[in-house]
Amino acid sequence: MTQLALVIDLNVCVGCHACVTSCKQWNTSGPAGFMSDDNPYDKDPNGTFFNRVQSFEIGEFPKTETVHFPKSCLHCEDPPCVPVCPTGASYKREEDGIVLVDYDKCIGCKYCSWACPYGARELDEHQKVMKKCTLCVDRIYDESLPESERKPACVMACPTDARLFGDVHDPDSQVSTAIREEGGYQLMPEWGTKPANHYLPRRKTRIKIHEDELIRADNPLKKEGVKPRTVVDEPTLDDVTSW
Amino acid sequence: MHPAFSVIFLTTLIGVGQGLFLALMTGQSYAAVGLVTVSNPNEFYAYGSVTALLFLIGGLIASFFHLGRPERAWRSAARWRTSWLSREVIVLPIFMLLVFVYGMLHFIGWDPNILGAEQPLQGQLSLFVGILGMVACFALFICTAMIYACMKFLQEWYSPLTVINYIVLGGASGFTLATLHASVYEPGLTQLFGVWATIITLVALVTRLASLYRNTRIKHKSTIQSAIGVRHSSIDQKTQGMMGGSFNTREFFHGASQIWYRSVRWIFLILTFPLTLALLWAGLETGNGLFLALAFVSQYLGLIAERWFFFAQANHPQNMYYQSI
Ligand code: SF4
Ligand code: SF4
Repeated sequence: MTQLALVIDLNVCVGCHACVTSCKQWNTSGPAGFMSDDNPYDKDPNGTFFNRVQSFEIGEFPKTETVHFPKSCLHCEDPPCVPVCPTGASYKREEDGIVLVDYDKCIGCKYCSWACPYGARELDEHQKVMKKCTLCVDRIYDESLPESERKPACVMACPTDARLFGDVHDPDSQVSTAIREEGGYQLMPEWGTKPANHYLPRRKTRIKIHEDELIRADNPLKKEGVKPRTVVDEPTLDDVTSW
Repeated sequence: MHPAFSVIFLTTLIGVGQGLFLALMTGQSYAAVGLVTVSNPNEFYAYGSVTALLFLIGGLIASFFHLGRPERAWRSAARWRTSWLSREVIVLPIFMLLVFVYGMLHFIGWDPNILGAEQPLQGQLSLFVGILGMVACFALFICTAMIYACMKFLQEWYSPLTVINYIVLGGASGFTLATLHASVYEPGLTQLFGVWATIITLVALVTRLASLYRNTRIKHKSTIQSAIGVRHSSIDQKTQGMMGGSFNTREFFHGASQIWYRSVRWIFLILTFPLTLALLWAGLETGNGLFLALAFVSQYLGLIAERWFFFAQANHPQNMYYQSI
C-alpha cells in the first residue's frame, strides 16, 4: 500500500512562509475553486489556508531556541475525521492514502473539524464547505508537468528543502529513510491517529572528543621522569661502526 | 468549543419534545393498567403529541442553521454505519413520524385492540405505536449525545455521563412541560407528572453535578510538548501564523470572558434545578398553572445556558496551536 506524506524538517525550516503562499496560490487557482481571502490587505484579514507556519520559543532567555512549525493536514492513517462525516464527503483514498473532501457532497456541518485533534480543517467562509490540504492531488499526478515538478506546491517552494514528499510505506523512499535515520516523529501520538506526515526534530551536530584524545595519555615523551637520557660513558654508534 | 446557537436550540428543543412524548407514554401506561384514569384521553394525548412535534420541528429547523449547505442536508443520511450524526439524521424523522401517528391515532380516536378485546390492556394500537416511539426516542437521545461523547480527545465529552445527561435533562424538561400540559387538559394527572418531573430533575442534578465534578478535574492527555513534539518544559508560542484569526480561532474557543463563563454555570445550575423545583412545588401545591408555566420556562432557559456551558467547557486539543498571535 502507498501512503503519500510530507516529512517536515524542523531543523532547517526558517519560518519564511513560502510554503503557505505557494500552497494558497496553487490551490486557489485550481479546478476545485478559489480559497476565500477577505480583506487580504486590509483590517481584519481573513481567509482559508491549508497550511500555516507557527513559531514557538523553546526554553527561557538566554537559553532559548526558536522552532518554526509548519502545520497542515497530516493525512492520518487512521483519520478520526473520516468516519464521523455523515455524508461521506470526507474520505481516505485507498490508492495513496490521501485524505480528501468532496466539495460537491460536503454539507458544511463542521463535524469533521471537531474530530481532527490537530485543527487541520477550515470551513471556507464563502463556499461553506470544509477545506484541507490535498497534498496537491491535482498536481502530483499531472503528466503534463515535468516529472521533477510532480510534487506538492509547498515542497517545490521551500527554499531550505525542509519539506520532503514521498511514500512513507516504502522503506527505501527518501521520506522513510529520513524518518528512520533522523528521528522522525508524529504529532500527538496519544490519540492513535497515526499521522502519515512526520516531523524531523532539531538536531545539533556535535563530535565527542575526550580530553585524553587531545593529550595522548600513552605518549612516552609526556611521562614524567622517564625521558630517555644519553649514556655518556659508553661508545656511541659512530665509535663502533664503520659506515 | 464555540457554542453555536443552532446546536444549542436543536439539542434542547428536541430534548423537550422527546421528554414530553415519554411523559405522554408514561401517562398512557399508567392508564392502560388502570392506575390512573384519563377522562379526556383523545385531547390530552393528541394535543400533547402536537406540542411534542412542534418542539421537534423547532429543533429540526434550528439544525439547518448549523449547516453551511442546508440544501444538501439529505446527503447526511449516507454514512449511518460510522457516523452518529448520520444516525441522528435518520432517527429524528422516524421519531417525528411515530409521534405524528401516535397523535393522530388519539386524535381520530381509532385505537383497536390488536391483541384482542378480552385482554385487560386497553388502547393497544396506540400503545404499540407509542412503544415504538419510545424506542426511537431513546435511540435519538443516544445518537444526539454520542455525537459528542464519541470523540475521545474532547475529554470533557468522552464519558457515559454525556449520554446520561442528555437523556435525563431532556426528560426533566419534557416532564415539566407535561405537568403544565396536564394542568390544562387533564388536571387529574398533574400530580403524577409533577412528581415524576421532580424526581427526574433531581436525578439530572446529580448526574450533571457529577459531570461538572469530573470535568473540572480533568487531566488533558495532549500537551504542547506532544502537539509539536519538542521535549522541553517551557514552550511559548510566538506566532500562530496569522494575525486576523481563522476558522481555528473562531470555531474552537468560546470567546467569552471568564466572568461570563463562570456565571453561566451558576445561572444554569440555579435555573434548571432549584428554581424549577421550587416553581413546580408551588404549582402543585396551589394548583396554579402559572407556576407550572414558569417552572418550564425557567428550566428551558436553564437548559439553554447548560448547553452553552457544555460546549464552552470542552477544550479542543487544537487550541494548543492557537495560544498567541
Ligand atoms: S490531520 Fe486532521 S484532517 Fe488530516 S487526516 Fe488527520 S484527523 Fe483528518
Ligand atoms: S463538514 Fe463536510 S466533510 Fe466535514 S463532516 Fe460535515 S459533510 Fe463531512
